[in-house]
Amino acid sequence: MPEIRNYTLNFGPQHPSAHGVLRLVLEMDGEIIERADPHIGLLHRGTEKLAEFKPYNQNIGYMDRLDYVSMMCNEHGYVRAIEKLLGIEAPERAQYIRTLFDEITRILNHLMWLGAHGLDIGAMSIFLYCFREREDLLDCYEAVSGARLHATYYRPGGVYRDLPNQMPIYQGSSKWHSAKTIAQRNDARQGSLLDFIEDFTNRFPNYVDEYETLLTDNRIWKQRTVGIGVVSPERALQLGFTGPMLRGSGIEWDLRKKQPYAAYGKVDFDIPVGVNGDCYDRYLVRMEEMRQSNRIIQQCVKWLRANPGAVMVKDHKVAPPPRASVKTDMESLIHHFKLFSEGYCPPQGEVYAAVEAPKGEFGCYIISDGANKPYRLKVRAPGFPHLAALDEMSKGHMLADVVAIIGTLDIVFGEIDR
Amino acid sequence: MTTHSSISNTRFGEFITVINKHFSEFGCALAIEFNELTLTVPVMHLLKVAELLRDHSDFQFEQLIDLCGVDYSAFGQSEWETEEASHTGFGRGVDRNIDFEFDNSKRFAVVYHLLSIAKNQRLRLRVYTSDDHPVVDSVTSIWSASNWFEREAFDLYGILFRGHPDLRRILTDYGFIGHPFRKDFPLSGQVEMHYDSELRRVVYQQVSVEPRILVPKVIRKDSRYVNVNNGKELTDA
Repeated sequence: MPEIRNYTLNFGPQHPSAHGVLRLVLEMDGEIIERADPHIGLLHRGTEKLAEFKPYNQNIGYMDRLDYVSMMCNEHGYVRAIEKLLGIEAPERAQYIRTLFDEITRILNHLMWLGAHGLDIGAMSIFLYCFREREDLLDCYEAVSGARLHATYYRPGGVYRDLPNQMPIYQGSSKWHSAKTIAQRNDARQGSLLDFIEDFTNRFPNYVDEYETLLTDNRIWKQRTVGIGVVSPERALQLGFTGPMLRGSGIEWDLRKKQPYAAYGKVDFDIPVGVNGDCYDRYLVRMEEMRQSNRIIQQCVKWLRANPGAVMVKDHKVAPPPRASVKTDMESLIHHFKLFSEGYCPPQGEVYAAVEAPKGEFGCYIISDGANKPYRLKVRAPGFPHLAALDEMSKGHMLADVVAIIGTLDIVFGEIDR
Repeated sequence: MTTHSSISNTRFGEFITVINKHFSEFGCALAIEFNELTLTVPVMHLLKVAELLRDHSDFQFEQLIDLCGVDYSAFGQSEWETEEASHTGFGRGVDRNIDFEFDNSKRFAVVYHLLSIAKNQRLRLRVYTSDDHPVVDSVTSIWSASNWFEREAFDLYGILFRGHPDLRRILTDYGFIGHPFRKDFPLSGQVEMHYDSELRRVVYQQVSVEPRILVPKVIRKDSRYVNVNNGKELTDA
């Protein structure tokens, strides 16, 4: 009689499909997963504790570093919580800019997810396509905030500054890029940022078609994803799923529609919903979300062209006064000094504000004791309950399917470990 | 049963009466703040209340969105006395000796954020627990999502969850000592680690960084920042 043994397999933390620093202890019967025990916390930085020691505005930068592929959506969740606490509301133009950049962020995130997920389960070329488009969108980030990733662009009461009138262009040729390539790249960059984004939205649906040609009817892709990691709608609710994970299981729930914030109540878009709740359906949902994001961006661009205006509240207890007036006006100088040294003290109380981040519901729960720093900040990261469900989702699957399931969860350790 | 802030009552209307009807017998207190509902539940009734909230057709809170621990021991304590400072001029020093005197029976709280997809409604539950015996019933049997959230609250605050299937640390290092999010745990931590080339392994030692306060925590009770939106023009260019 052959000897039957259960294996314990250690997966990660340094493994390319571990999406960062996931350590997974798998108990296997042959090649079948009996139990998956994710060990997390290898990227724990204590963001929430650090936030208790800093004035409100100085924590915005930490939010970028949570889910580091959907930066501005995280900022949005935090900034919205502060605005709720202070009882202020950003001007309409700022709301549209936030909507615009939330959707750019959603495309950025889904492209990163698609590329990495494809790479994990054997589709190499999709990664290169995705990163080609990410480049353009990261340039939008850079044009508006000066940083390609960690933007710190959203502020309580609006956004840091208005959209630039000139899109930065590539300068000169080098030994890597000829003058001709540079000129080609600068083609779309002659006008303003809005011109550049509009040009992108015209090109993007074709790009999505390209990705779908590569994957949607691809036999190997379907073999790897159809029927893998099935979650029923009831279990999805029980497990605290949000975002595409919940919609992939067939539940029509999107905060942008159900509890509209920013300008989402004023733009037109649809929510894609899956049927079977497997990896393939979640793939389809995310692909369609990219198309819908593109639609929203187009509407925002149109509105922003037609409606110039302020992008920040005028209350200098919360928002800094213009730099020029700091030089000439005593009142402004004091405001500027107090705001950047001490910050503002919101009233005592507690708020929870959530946004529909690309991965699901990103929420910030702030308890204020009336001080210039949050007394407690809890970040509700969508990836956290998703990863917690890995054990349930992978039970009974093969080892190779675990990689497909980790991919479909769309996890980023910046937000899970915080 | 107390209900504050009658202005925003209209938005929730019905819902408040329903909550009052079901939960007054358990001694729950409902508060409305910033247009959000918070139900404070006595610790012994948590499971009953939670189950009712999930299953009763009036509520249908089928999702637990978030669960977190809170340490209230330094609540409302500032490092800089603003009222005296204006008489004597601003001193650079900050008061580092926060005295941890607090209501022992309410030091910790566990906060649950519930979401009803059917009713498009949110509700926050809060359960207080004491310093010397921080135990709360686990809600894993009601919402599976609470499993990891409770592990996190245990790890960071040392709150124990009765009936949790696998209450291990989750975010901190293997073999970590203490509960880092408690207010009496220093920001810079207790230990630091480095590679010892003689022992040829990583060793722990007492932390060598001095804790610094760059911006003192200030509480301003004057209402300069409250309701800044009222009255004045704000958004005009």
